[in-house]
Amino acid sequence: MKIKPKIAIVDYGVGNLRSLIRAFLYLGTHAGITEEIKEISDSDALVLPGDGAFAAGMKGLAMRNLSKPVTEMAKLGKPVLGICLGAQILMSEGFEFGHFKGLSLIPGQVVKFPKALGEKIPHIGWNELILRKKVWKGTILERIKPKSNVYFIHSYIMKPKSSSDVFAFTKYGNCEFASVIARGNIWGCQFHPEKSGSVGLAIINNFIKIVQAHG
Amino acid sequence: MFRKKLSNSAKNIRVIVRLDIKGSNVVKPVMAEALKVVGNPRELARRYYKEGADELVYMDIVASLYNRNLDLEQLQKVTEGIFIPITVGGGIRSIGDINNALRAGADKVAINTYAINHPQFLRQAVETFGAQCIVLSVDAKKQANGQYEPYTDGGREKTGKEVVSWVKEAIKMGVGEVMVASIDREGTRKGFDLELAKSITAFSPVPVIVHGGAGSLDSIRRAIVEGSADAISASSIFHYKQYMIEEVKVFLSHARLNVRLS
Repeated sequence: MKIKPKIAIVDYGVGNLRSLIRAFLYLGTHAGITEEIKEISDSDALVLPGDGAFAAGMKGLAMRNLSKPVTEMAKLGKPVLGICLGAQILMSEGFEFGHFKGLSLIPGQVVKFPKALGEKIPHIGWNELILRKKVWKGTILERIKPKSNVYFIHSYIMKPKSSSDVFAFTKYGNCEFASVIARGNIWGCQFHPEKSGSVGLAIINNFIKIVQAHG
Repeated sequence: MFRKKLSNSAKNIRVIVRLDIKGSNVVKPVMAEALKVVGNPRELARRYYKEGADELVYMDIVASLYNRNLDLEQLQKVTEGIFIPITVGGGIRSIGDINNALRAGADKVAINTYAINHPQFLRQAVETFGAQCIVLSVDAKKQANGQYEPYTDGGREKTGKEVVSWVKEAIKMGVGEVMVASIDREGTRKGFDLELAKSITAFSPVPVIVHGGAGSLDSIRRAIVEGSADAISASSIFHYKQYMIEEVKVFLSHARLNVRLS
């Protein structure tokens, strides 16, 4: 039995997929987990979940021949949401356990927290979203209150080349890092919206609205 | 804006509720011995999610002892509709067990008994799922010589190891977080074992969750300020409604500690 997912949650072998699909189903969407190229190409939007290392993520995509279909969907203008590692691999390159190429949908690098962080790594816990852009309507942060807390768990951070791709940032120790990145139809959250209580659900719901408006 | 920064106050301290599970019940162990039935895990998980817990810990306290696996069907029911992180422990002894727990709704797994006897398993787990997914769980008991010894099988079996060297070894294996519980204080509400907490937080480069003995509001504050806990975990005070989660957080925030308030 194959139901065509409206929103395809791409299974590339990493991440807590169950938690994520539950959030989408809770919000009443037709979302499905898939690693099938055809289902990905037929969907209206993609979600890239993920936990763990950059290289493992890219390898997981490559093994399933998914890098190309994901990139193509993004270039067609379909909404794409990357979460945690899924957001990091949207960037051009990562430096975790070596130097690896990313999907290059948003130019920039994924690097370790600075040495003089003054805090523990991994960064685990709830921190504030500091909103950078002035206009939130039609974005995944619509109606999210500045300084809302969301749940992070990561050791690496995203450094977009262009500051205009940073929609929100977060402070941890001596570091300010990009917590929401976006370029056109492509969105990335360093935190886990599916684990960030009502704020996180509102962010996912905003993404669903973007998909509906797009469809 | 200009308030003085206390140690650890730069980040939000997590307030975690731990559900000790035996069969289909949440139970409350007192010093790893007497067990009292507290309630239904699904109902309690929902209650604590709604009341503002930062995370939940779901710990099957007899799985290792009886050499059993987690009840995945139950885990799936309990984690349904809970949109905060859930750490699951009890009887994890293979990569397949971790996979199953994650697929049943866990976000992280806590490993104690199996890791003590097979430390390399921690490395294998970290390499497969990432450091952020693997929590070292330590149940420590103070010995006559003043040292702390990690116990396994729900706090019943001695290991002959020493807590600090064991945690150091596990951190070398790559675990992303350490949850240290005091068997002597568990269920007593006499306050956390600060000496134990400090012995780990003094060197740990990864976050440390301190559990066992949460009592007065001030005992929680002390675990953070004196014990340098990154997160505190409690059960009795919440199960028996001595405090609401929000009450604890408001107290901590008045003590100038950062917490997530809803």
